[in-house]
Amino acid sequence: MWKWLHPYAKPERSYQLAGKLLPWFTVLTIITFLVGSVWGLVFAPADYQQGDSFRIIYIHVPAAMMAMVAYSSMAIAAFIALVWQIRMAEMTVAATAPVGAVFTFIALFTGAAWGKPMWGAWWVWDARLTSELILLFVYLGIIALYNAFSDKVLAGRAASILTLVGVINLPIIHYSVVWWNTLHQGATISKFEKPSMAPEMLWPLIIMIVAFGAFLGTLTLMRFRNEILARENHRPWVTALISDINMKKLTGEK
Amino acid sequence: MFKAFSQVVSKELKGAFRRQSDILNPIWFFIIVVTLFPLGIGTDPALLKRIAPGIIWVAALLAALLSFERLFKDDFIDGSLEQLMLTRYPLPWLVSAKVFAHWLLTGLPVLLVSPLLATFLALDVETYWALFLTLLIGTPILSLLGAIGVALTVGLRKGGILLSLIMLPLSIPILIFSTMAIDAAAYGQSYSGLLALLGAMLVASITLSPFAIAASLRVSVS
Repeated sequence: MWKWLHPYAKPERSYQLAGKLLPWFTVLTIITFLVGSVWGLVFAPADYQQGDSFRIIYIHVPAAMMAMVAYSSMAIAAFIALVWQIRMAEMTVAATAPVGAVFTFIALFTGAAWGKPMWGAWWVWDARLTSELILLFVYLGIIALYNAFSDKVLAGRAASILTLVGVINLPIIHYSVVWWNTLHQGATISKFEKPSMAPEMLWPLIIMIVAFGAFLGTLTLMRFRNEILARENHRPWVTALISDINMKKLTGEK
Repeated sequence: MFKAFSQVVSKELKGAFRRQSDILNPIWFFIIVVTLFPLGIGTDPALLKRIAPGIIWVAALLAALLSFERLFKDDFIDGSLEQLMLTRYPLPWLVSAKVFAHWLLTGLPVLLVSPLLATFLALDVETYWALFLTLLIGTPILSLLGAIGVALTVGLRKGGILLSLIMLPLSIPILIFSTMAIDAAAYGQSYSGLLALLGAMLVASITLSPFAIAASLRVSVS
């Protein structure tokens, strides 16, 4: 397995692999987004209590889940980066952080918009809202730290350390906030229990979760490719790549 | 090993006593911030008693932030931090000595002036004891967490604001558990469970954060 994995520690190979994966993720994102959102927003039955306003769940829950998935993947990448000193993993951390931050923001925003008709307030100091807000702060701290270093190699390493410190802290923060105050409904989908949701509402939600996951993958791959090009811009293969693209433009592939 | 620890601590203390304003200024800041609240919201003792735990803890957090700069900055500038890394003792051990000295210089004074603030904010004796115990357990965690932030930002020119962005979100659990414990004490309930949680966090941060601090210093000094 090491023999198979090792070439991908090289920027050029990672760049090509990311380029090959990108169309698949893009297509999957577009299809699942279309299917999931049309099914969820138009065809799924309205909730007997919350009416049509429950439909925001199809954005809110996937965004919140992917915000956490993004952080977990950053934590795994940060661990790999620090233990095996693989620079590609540092770049993954840097590439994922802004995407995760935006997903967290989407989850917070849709949560506020959902809370207004349901709880009667845009913002309540509920446990899940608060811990999501703190997750956003942690993301912003990591991004700020990464941008503060002018040497991007050091920046990646520092951001990786902070990501790992955060991953130990986030469960503590979560439970502290849960015991502190709680109003939010319990988790609707759990791996170990029967979902407390009608199947005709659940299926579009699952499709939307896949869509957001693929979207996260697409954006991260795009940012990852950019990150590689930006950091390696003096290497011969990047120069060759750019002159190749310019040649194609000149010779009439307009 | 232990000699190296005590030498680092005594060096830190000596340095601090030669420039006493470094220790005294954060304490003055702490006292002044707490004083501002009664002036801002009125002097009703019942109200003050209700919000005292939050005020004292938030002020302690802010005062701690002010004092973190000197934890590694001077040593970083004059190169003694690099010397510390070159010694034959493990770096996590030496940085825990530095953090311990830092707590003696900033956390302990906060504990010492806390009776004064308790009288300012009309706390009764029972509640004050809860406040004292949470500060006793909580401020070392703040020092350890803050040291990670300082170690990450010490090489940067404008690290101060970044340090607060990194550190404040991570210190939220300490704030929550401490104020919950003090509130419980104010209502005459038992708060030993919350103190035990704080203690668990202290143990976890004592064991884990020296390694994070050392790794961050290696990033900053390179």
